[in-house]
Amino acid sequence: MRIFDPHIHMTSRTTDDYEAMYTAGVRAVVEPSFWLGQPRTSPASFFDYFDSLLGWEPFRAAQYGIAHHCTLALNPKEANDPRCRPVLDELPRYLVKDHVVAVGEIGYDAMTPAEDTALATQLQLAADHDLPALVHTPHRDKLAGLRRTLDVVRESALPVERVLIDHLNETTVKEAKDSGCWLGFSVYPDTKMDEERMVAILQEYGPEQVLVNSAADWGRSDPLKTRRVGDAMLNAGFTDEDVDGVLWGNPVAFYGLSGRLNLDVAGTAATHEGNSVLRGGE
Amino acid sequence: MTRRPSEDPPEATTAEASGDTSRQQTLSAPDATTPAAPGISYLHERLTARLAPAARVWLDRALHEAAAHPRSHGPISVWELRIAEAGRRCGPEFADTARVLILHAARADTDALARVYRQGTADERRAVLHALPHLVPGPEALPLVEDALRTNDTRLVAAAVGPYAARHLDTHNWRHAILKCLFTGVPVEAVADLPRRARADAELARMLADYAAERTAADRPVPEDLHRVLALTGQLPTGAPPPAGPDTPASPSPSGKDS
Repeated sequence: MRIFDPHIHMTSRTTDDYEAMYTAGVRAVVEPSFWLGQPRTSPASFFDYFDSLLGWEPFRAAQYGIAHHCTLALNPKEANDPRCRPVLDELPRYLVKDHVVAVGEIGYDAMTPAEDTALATQLQLAADHDLPALVHTPHRDKLAGLRRTLDVVRESALPVERVLIDHLNETTVKEAKDSGCWLGFSVYPDTKMDEERMVAILQEYGPEQVLVNSAADWGRSDPLKTRRVGDAMLNAGFTDEDVDGVLWGNPVAFYGLSGRLNLDVAGTAATHEGNSVLRGGE
Repeated sequence: MTRRPSEDPPEATTAEASGDTSRQQTLSAPDATTPAAPGISYLHERLTARLAPAARVWLDRALHEAAAHPRSHGPISVWELRIAEAGRRCGPEFADTARVLILHAARADTDALARVYRQGTADERRAVLHALPHLVPGPEALPLVEDALRTNDTRLVAAAVGPYAARHLDTHNWRHAILKCLFTGVPVEAVADLPRRARADAELARMLADYAAERTAADRPVPEDLHRVLALTGQLPTGAPPPAGPDTPASPSPSGKDS
């Protein structure tokens, strides 16, 4: 089973996780920039973080045979702090980088006017840079948050076919699917979504345009949840092709919209031509 | 205990660093004994011959733009945008050389190189390091080399110990760069002008012998490259393990990894 985790915060994970993920079949990840748990107070700490997502983290991933890309943005929570807002002015120089495959995570946290501005601005940045967008839906007041998110997306220059709406669940999947956006589900140990509920949603709504991620971070989470979903799908009677579509084909298709996805981990690691040592374990 | 790629990279790191070296050799001028970097026209010719047609068109345009508009217009100059996108335009395996050529075409000075490095991805930073011997005659870009040597990204470390460092890096930092290569599994073939700088360096020999003793005390293998460098110093410190002959094959060091 080959797995592409389309949303995982590897900065917060250990090398043991990388090893376990590789063993479970993970060959590619996308790491969206997000809130680090401790609020930042200056743009410079965002830039060091972005640099890490474009430098050290892909290097670290490559050591374990995993291709690493990222999405960059000012996250909704910190968009509310005026000290962090200048990050928006510097994003253009980051969004041209080779390993950036989307603008994200953007979206709503508490649905404030500052979040409105950050979301609209960054959807425009995605359109300007020919990038898709990864849009998070809020933890609180989720359905209202989804509706407001979809309104802003529809008013933006970015077509819905280039937008992935993430952290969906039973209450939001239908409206998200009707919108024409890509559908993201974060499978967590306790919250958001579990593998059995995920299978039920796939049975009801089909695997088309569905991406499943672990969204693993510094909180209680499990970087192998993608694999668990694949196993649960097979147990429920889905075919290998269905599983491959959800866990590999769909994320490749969505992030491939950037034109910047490079899944050859030797190439990603910028080794010399023909070096396949990192792929020797496959 | 968790394996730490910072000091003990697994197999892949060594292979990768070795890959980098091979690429440098691939693109090196025929006379590999001189510390001079391969010439820009040689790099250009070689790259052009290997690029796909669309990438060749892109590169020609990028070089033309860089030569015509070397200064910034707006927040970011066109050639800096081309540097950022070189990987997806040319293919990652050709991006280093393409970026070096663009930096050269733009006649990037130390300030511009520092800006591209500071604002660059790891791949772009590596290209800046490769460009230094072509663009900076004096030691003023050393802070970039020193920055790269502080990282644990073996691709950056390997690029940092090229001809520019051979020419300008002070003795103390150069010795530590050699030790870092041995620690992180960067093959010493990556070190430009190694025989000349190592020759008769008694302090380097002492550091190598101490490192070998530390490894031996921990019942860990001593990197083969260590013996090779020690032999190049021509020094035989008391109590040091007998150095291997200069013909010892420099296979990727078994050190620097734990598993």
